[in-house]
Amino acid sequence: MFRNQYDTDVTTWSPAGRLFQVEYAMEAVKQGSAAIGLRSKTHVVLACVNKANSELSSHQKKIFKVDDHIGVAIAGLTADGRVLSRYMRSECINYSFTYESPLPVGRLVVQLADKAQVCTQRSWKRPYGVGLLVAGLDESGAHLYYNCPSGNYFEYQAFAIGSRSQAAKTYLERRFANFADSSRDDLIKDALIAVRETLQGETLKSSICTVAVVGVGEAFHVLDQDTVQQLIDAFEIVGEPEGPAAEPEPEPEPDAAAEEGTTADQGAAPDQGVAPMDI
Amino acid sequence: MTKQQANWSPYDNNGGSCVAIAGADYCVIAADTRMSTGYSILTREYSKICKLAEKSVMASSGFQADVKALQKHLAARHLIYQHQHNKHMSCPAMAQLLSNTLYYKRFFPYYAFNVLGGLDSEGKGCVYTYDAVGSYERVGYSAQGSGSTLIMPFLDNQLKSPSPLLLPAQDAVTPLSELEAVDLIKTVFASATERDIYTGDKLEIVVLNADGIRREYMELRKD
Repeated sequence: MFRNQYDTDVTTWSPAGRLFQVEYAMEAVKQGSAAIGLRSKTHVVLACVNKANSELSSHQKKIFKVDDHIGVAIAGLTADGRVLSRYMRSECINYSFTYESPLPVGRLVVQLADKAQVCTQRSWKRPYGVGLLVAGLDESGAHLYYNCPSGNYFEYQAFAIGSRSQAAKTYLERRFANFADSSRDDLIKDALIAVRETLQGETLKSSICTVAVVGVGEAFHVLDQDTVQQLIDAFEIVGEPEGPAAEPEPEPEPDAAAEEGTTADQGAAPDQGVAPMDI
Repeated sequence: MTKQQANWSPYDNNGGSCVAIAGADYCVIAADTRMSTGYSILTREYSKICKLAEKSVMASSGFQADVKALQKHLAARHLIYQHQHNKHMSCPAMAQLLSNTLYYKRFFPYYAFNVLGGLDSEGKGCVYTYDAVGSYERVGYSAQGSGSTLIMPFLDNQLKSPSPLLLPAQDAVTPLSELEAVDLIKTVFASATERDIYTGDKLEIVVLNADGIRREYMELRKD
């Protein structure tokens, strides 16, 4: 995909029937740092990688609570993500106010998708540069949707977006058949392993990932750093140099591996794959 | 030709009384559970008390449809606040929000007479009392509603210092223990029930303190 004469604005079709601006917007999502979602019949877990611009700065918020029963993880232009989260929160509050019941997830994603579509058909607008993994629970069960800048949305059993998400997707594809009946803890474990897959060698620590859960009887909330670290230690998920196929067998050497991982990656320059907009 | 008067009113008064008393580290909010219209009783079991935030509880008498709308509005605003600030609203913040919300409808008011109780940012009890359009004041105790004219003088007698000139100025908190305050509330409602036809059936008492929230009920005369 290179610069051509049909990509100046979103209201110009290419002769091949493509809207390049929309496709470029989806590129922005691929450049953002990874976000992963998976669901069982009763729970949905979101996990994402937090990459800070430099050691001096904090990382950006990528997981937002939208309502007690819905949360969203974003990848791409986080500013666009923040604005869309605010819209989603507002829609949930208005629906609850009118109907005294929680907004069904499927309705919310359609509204979001329609909002995104508008930006693909106005010459004075640009598409939102953010992909959203919407996790939610309603009367019809647990749901995970992916909304893209094009205005399309899909429901998934498990999905990953952002940079190096293919590694996570490969892991998820192998394991997704078991997810529907997974327990809450197993689901979180799989999410953490999927996150580790995208790190490619770096040690998995609670400081570089964020995990959020929503489930039956459990409102959407982000797990705190200590809990996440305990889970990482308990599952003994440590960074490994090779290993899309690595299964976390209980091994008595998490400390050695952790130290190697730390020295290798901590001082590394900001990743080439990460766009300047998304950290 | 005399001026035409409306023969339909958008308002109704559902009666009832609300009281709140602030203590050093607690706050008691109470209201009866009778809902009336005219000389009839609509129900004997309607709660006029609503928890708005972790440390803010509001009791409102007046037109319950407006009260319900007001409670829903404040709950929605509180959710927005939580999303933006990552924490619950403090009681003083909620007090200001309630005032602004009421004044927003200055020219078609919420027919709601509110008393907001809770714990302030230091954990001390606080009570805010309102009129229908949002004028408010932090006080140590207050009563609103149909029985307020019967209740308030009694509370003044029990809780107000004898003369502001003699003693040093009291702050907004009354020097009662939690159990004494609950007892006073029960006494006060029992008396108000005797003479106010719109107050009675059951008394709902909510106590807010550092340990959380506690709810208590007491039967009142049903006539």
